[in-house]
Amino acid sequence: MSLYFRYMIILLKSQLQYRASFIMLTIGQCLTPLTSLAAMYFLFERFGQIKGWTFHEVALCFAVTHIAFSMTEIFARGFDTFPSLVRDGEFDRLLLRPRSTVLQVLGSKFEFTRLGKFAFSVGLLAWAMMQMPTPWTTIKLMTLGFMIAGGVLIYLSIFMMAATLSFWTIQGIEIVNVLTDGGREMTQYPLSIYHQRIRRFFTFVVPFACVNYLPLMVLVDHKEAQSWYALLPLVSVLLLIPSIGIWRYGVRHYRSTGS
Amino acid sequence: MIEVNGISKSFLVAKRPSGLWHAVKSVFHREYTTVEAIKDISFTIPAGEIVGYIGPNGAGKSTTIKIMSGILVPDHGTCSIMGYTPWEDRTLYVKNIGVVFGQRTQLWWDVPVMDSYELLRDIYKIPEHSYKATLELLIETLDLSEIIHTPVRQLSLGQRMRCEIGASLLHSPDILFLDEPTIGLDAVSKIAVRQFIQRINKERGITIILTTHDMNDIEALAERILLIGKGTLLYDGNIQGLRGKFGTRRTITAEYQDYDQPLHLPEVSILSTTANRAILSVDTELTNVSDVISQLANQVQLMDVTIQAQPIEDIIVQMYKEYQL
Repeated sequence: MSLYFRYMIILLKSQLQYRASFIMLTIGQCLTPLTSLAAMYFLFERFGQIKGWTFHEVALCFAVTHIAFSMTEIFARGFDTFPSLVRDGEFDRLLLRPRSTVLQVLGSKFEFTRLGKFAFSVGLLAWAMMQMPTPWTTIKLMTLGFMIAGGVLIYLSIFMMAATLSFWTIQGIEIVNVLTDGGREMTQYPLSIYHQRIRRFFTFVVPFACVNYLPLMVLVDHKEAQSWYALLPLVSVLLLIPSIGIWRYGVRHYRSTGS
Repeated sequence: MIEVNGISKSFLVAKRPSGLWHAVKSVFHREYTTVEAIKDISFTIPAGEIVGYIGPNGAGKSTTIKIMSGILVPDHGTCSIMGYTPWEDRTLYVKNIGVVFGQRTQLWWDVPVMDSYELLRDIYKIPEHSYKATLELLIETLDLSEIIHTPVRQLSLGQRMRCEIGASLLHSPDILFLDEPTIGLDAVSKIAVRQFIQRINKERGITIILTTHDMNDIEALAERILLIGKGTLLYDGNIQGLRGKFGTRRTITAEYQDYDQPLHLPEVSILSTTANRAILSVDTELTNVSDVISQLANQVQLMDVTIQAQPIEDIIVQMYKEYQL
């Protein structure tokens, strides 16, 4: 773990070499969620509420999703940009070092400019939390923590599986963005507003609902909420384990084919 | 120390015929051909040796190096290096080797070299006291003191190569793989790199495996040559042996007082003549040098004669031809 922070420090130093570009990108990164949020705001201004969800409840949902996604981009960008590591032959260099490939890939890139997006989302979360009529109990705060951590783990798992694909093919993995970017866009809103099939897909196949919609119901004291929903974010670990397995298989394949 | 036994490796390469129609077709259906990168290669290298691993582009040099450094798994064959099988015990094994790819950097591009070195210290878990000692030694012998606080992107290629070699030695490896370490360097930097390689080999007994296209590297450094071509090992021995086997030609440059008749020299190929100078190529298997000189002396008034052995590069070209590489 300490090595991971060493990687982070050296890459932060590198990034700060280009200060102007760093500042501009960081500010620019706030704008994407801001426009989505503005769209959402006008929607609510027109209709008041969507399927019983109020604006600040949806804002809470939105903030949690964006915090998780931007954290994954900051801390696990190495897997997201992994195809270039293979293409440049840099992955060979990682194999020459006496550390695990997962740790080294994580340490190969951090997207610090996403701090802007992260800070914006944290601010939004704080605002949404203050708008809640019921008090924030310890259980609710823990659930919130689980939701964010679980979201990070799901995005990380998808990034890892997509990265593994690049051992076989350099192109064509754009399709995975349907899950990452698509998943992020979907889970900005409570999943109950979507069609049942979509809900099922994002519950049982890619369990975004388990880290977002279902525990969110606990946070807002939704009438259909079950208290065990608070623990559902732990399901994300079930996705991470096979992702690591698939990754290892990919590394073995790479070393036997050298493609 | 290093025992390589019958390793083979082949790759599947997608056929990509040109043309739009084939490009479209290849999206759905691809034909593959198997390319044998290396075939049944065996050799042993004792500790402390410098071995030059040479061969034309695409001969299989990199594949062999990648297998020996644990990156790739061969299809067949065994390899035992310091008791490890490189591709099975990767994380344990790679602590004992250093690898320099001349064409790629292992340093972090935007930060001072020192920062990269410190990160490598943590990656290799080098204890602080031995790190300090090694670093001091490297700074002194590679003359790094003035460049170590400069970001890598601002270094010249020669400076960078010195830092790269330093980086690969921080963890005091027993074996150093150098893949084209002098590529693109100017004459001064080349000599500095060669001297350093020689020094660490002598003083610290590091075994060195060197691939290069610069035959001067080989002549300056390698006691032993492994020549590979089209995936098979063609020659394993020293430079003298290579000369004895292939380098039977000598070049004679003769200067003499003006002489306008054609020279009569059987079994000799005349490379060029002027009124007072001739450059001849003699194959010592057909005739010997002293006969040629005495024949020459009978015809002209000799002023000066120089005899040159064939440069190693010519020998290599000749070998490539002989083996039809």
